[in-house]
Amino acid sequence: MTGRLEFRDPDRARALGGALEQAVAEVGRSPVAVMHVCGSHEQAIAKFGLRAAFPRGLDVIMGPGCPVCVTDLPEIDEAFALAMQGVRVATYGDMLKVPGTAGSLADAQAAGAHIDVVYSVAQAVDLARETGDEIVFFATGFETTAVATAAVVLAGLPANFSVLSAHKFIPPVMEIVAEMPHTRVEGFLAAGHAAIITGSGVFEPFVARHHLPVVVAGFEPLDILAALVKLVQMIRDDDHGVANMFPRCVTREGNRNAQQQLWRVFQTVGGRWRGIAHVPNGNLRLRDEWAHVDARRRFTIDVAALCDRAPSTLVRQCLCGNIMAGIAQPSDCALFGKECVPESPVGACMVSSEGTCRIWHQYGGVPNLGASA
Amino acid sequence: MNNDLRRSVLDTPERNGASASGMGVGSHALGKDDRITLKQGAGGRAMRGLIEDAFLHAFATDPPQLAGVIGLAAMDDGGAVRIGDRWLVLTTDSHVIQPVFFPGGDIGRLAIAGTVNDLAMMGATDVLGLTCSVIIEEGFLRRDLERILASMRDTCREAGATVLAGDTKVMGKGEIDGIVINTAGVALTSHLITDRGLRPGDRLIVTGTIGDHGMAVMATRHGLALDTPLESDVAPINGLIRAALAADPTAVTAMKDPTRGGVASVLHEMASKGRVGVVIDERALPVRAAVRGISELVGIDPLLVANEGKAVMAVRADAAEHVLECLRAHPLGRNAAIVGVCTEERPGMVVLDTGFGRRLVAEPEGELLPRIC
Amino acid sequence: MCLGVPGLVVELDDLSAVVDFWGVRRRVRLDLVDEPVAVGDYVLNHVGFAIRRIPLEDVQATLAIYEQLLQESAEGTREDLMVADVRSELAAGAPRESKP
Repeated sequence: MTGRLEFRDPDRARALGGALEQAVAEVGRSPVAVMHVCGSHEQAIAKFGLRAAFPRGLDVIMGPGCPVCVTDLPEIDEAFALAMQGVRVATYGDMLKVPGTAGSLADAQAAGAHIDVVYSVAQAVDLARETGDEIVFFATGFETTAVATAAVVLAGLPANFSVLSAHKFIPPVMEIVAEMPHTRVEGFLAAGHAAIITGSGVFEPFVARHHLPVVVAGFEPLDILAALVKLVQMIRDDDHGVANMFPRCVTREGNRNAQQQLWRVFQTVGGRWRGIAHVPNGNLRLRDEWAHVDARRRFTIDVAALCDRAPSTLVRQCLCGNIMAGIAQPSDCALFGKECVPESPVGACMVSSEGTCRIWHQYGGVPNLGASA
Repeated sequence: MNNDLRRSVLDTPERNGASASGMGVGSHALGKDDRITLKQGAGGRAMRGLIEDAFLHAFATDPPQLAGVIGLAAMDDGGAVRIGDRWLVLTTDSHVIQPVFFPGGDIGRLAIAGTVNDLAMMGATDVLGLTCSVIIEEGFLRRDLERILASMRDTCREAGATVLAGDTKVMGKGEIDGIVINTAGVALTSHLITDRGLRPGDRLIVTGTIGDHGMAVMATRHGLALDTPLESDVAPINGLIRAALAADPTAVTAMKDPTRGGVASVLHEMASKGRVGVVIDERALPVRAAVRGISELVGIDPLLVANEGKAVMAVRADAAEHVLECLRAHPLGRNAAIVGVCTEERPGMVVLDTGFGRRLVAEPEGELLPRIC
Repeated sequence: MCLGVPGLVVELDDLSAVVDFWGVRRRVRLDLVDEPVAVGDYVLNHVGFAIRRIPLEDVQATLAIYEQLLQESAEGTREDLMVADVRSELAAGAPRESKP
């Protein structure tokens, strides 16, 4: 289907691996560090064992690309508080076990709150229509997911439905990473699916400002390898541009229809991302004309009672923030695989299926076992 | 979408008060005052912990094999007692699968096949007799019970086995869920095969396609509309194993059936008991197209999914091709394949060669899908 | 949640399509695609919405780009090998032989 197998051809992959090794050697310094900002990229890299195909002189770092992981405590607390106030909360499955200040939504569920796990916001809307219950959709995810929320808002919501938006917007956080003093990132791999919506053009101001190349990449093994070859070549050539290596899905302008819907419903505001403090324009909130479906305005959410709990000793040892910023690896964290495991996560990175720690743990905690036989 | 469908499939609400996220305090150890959790029935680490702490403590005699008894401490597919120059093998299983009728089988067939197969995994393919004990919920349909019993009778015929003793209990409505079946079996064998005999150089064979049972049950539970309906592989395989052992019973150095936790789980167990490493070639694994499809969509690896009509065997290198031929000559072994090899390196670890690189297969925490067998 | 999945459109109405993903069929909403979708088209699905129609000709175009990348790398190799030869000879002080 859609040539999927061709994008998994091991021979072409081996050839691209060789080209990547060559490109890295041509850069002339070691290591060359590049960053990707997408949980699905890390998943694909881990699942296919791609790190074994990356040359020694190349560091492919996962940045803050897991939407669950970057959803900060105050936002989890809002959802938790609503749930404990007796409101029915629907959300994507990954959010269920993310620890907040007083507990996760799963803890709220165990304490009697009504939580629904859905695979689409449309499903949550259907639930509201069918049951007549007041339902709040705890909306997480980046722009690729936010457009779905926008679509249901514009299609008309029942009176008993509202949105608690914790959606995020990726391009601003790339700015933050590029400006971090200890960053050694020389180029970015951009998430192919988000770029379907926003277009590859959205990165042009970024590359002009920071003189760093950006390559838009797909998610099959060949897509990732080819994109890395292109990125390293651009680093070698001092080429500060945007290259689209996912042309079967991404155009420069992107999906105008989806963009229009997104920006009719949402605006960007500055906000906290877990581990990255303040990201200007990094959060998506409902515009004023949608106040009537905004859970923050429909309900008085009482988080005060939750806020006076001090973070536990374990939480203080959690390295999620540094891991998400790309300056530490899960193996650097003393808690990884011991106190912090998927069944009892300390940090969000171990909860989400796109979290670096969770992915590493799922694949045995050892990212690079060497090449195929 | 896929990750969230996966979460909604995998999440088992902790019904008895155990905290789902642990609020930063992670622990595997079962304190004496804690309550039994669902996880402890899932066949993974948590269950092993419960067995070791509670059951072995109560029942283990921990005798060495020389004394003529394979006991509970071995945690093999069955126990065994030496009688003269042969071994008497015995095993027991309880079945709680939901739904009781699923594509390809039902709880009755599962109960008989499960016990017959456990005996076969120890090398005992000629069943002396079975017991069948049922606990039925008040209100259970008589015709469903008769359908289940007919299925058990047919499966017994296939296996050449007979139910010699049984017990029947009825509990009040709501006191038990539908029906629970326990079966026990005894058989004699001259050559006992354990699960700890792996040696470096041994080849690993799976007797057919993997992941069929778990995916079929999951697809049914979630009403996934499939082009080609998926059926459970539930079947007694003592005839298949007899065929494989016929020429040279010593060729098979270890054997286990990959039920809860899938092939990944038994490979881990066998590797750690044998103190060898295992390397699997992902491209050699036999997987049905429909299973692959669901796996891509929902994100559950077929290696982690339960099978009920398959065996994983370690075979001496010089005998592997011959054993493979014998398996393939049998109707239940048509898709048998050599999928990997045992190594000295990385004892206890299971490595997967994806074709692009190598990565670890993490030990599953337990069965991903609840009430699968 | 980033995981967009490609599938084949097998049924269509105004608002949604039934899409086949490796043998599993799901209903997907069409609010967000930016061009008309027909039965037989491939679409990329994300959280229950189609976000892009994938033209088959673009699949081939992508593969062609990867081939080109490999070719350019290979050509670069030949050049570099020659340069490396020259450098090492110069460093060794040996007279440079002309290469065929």
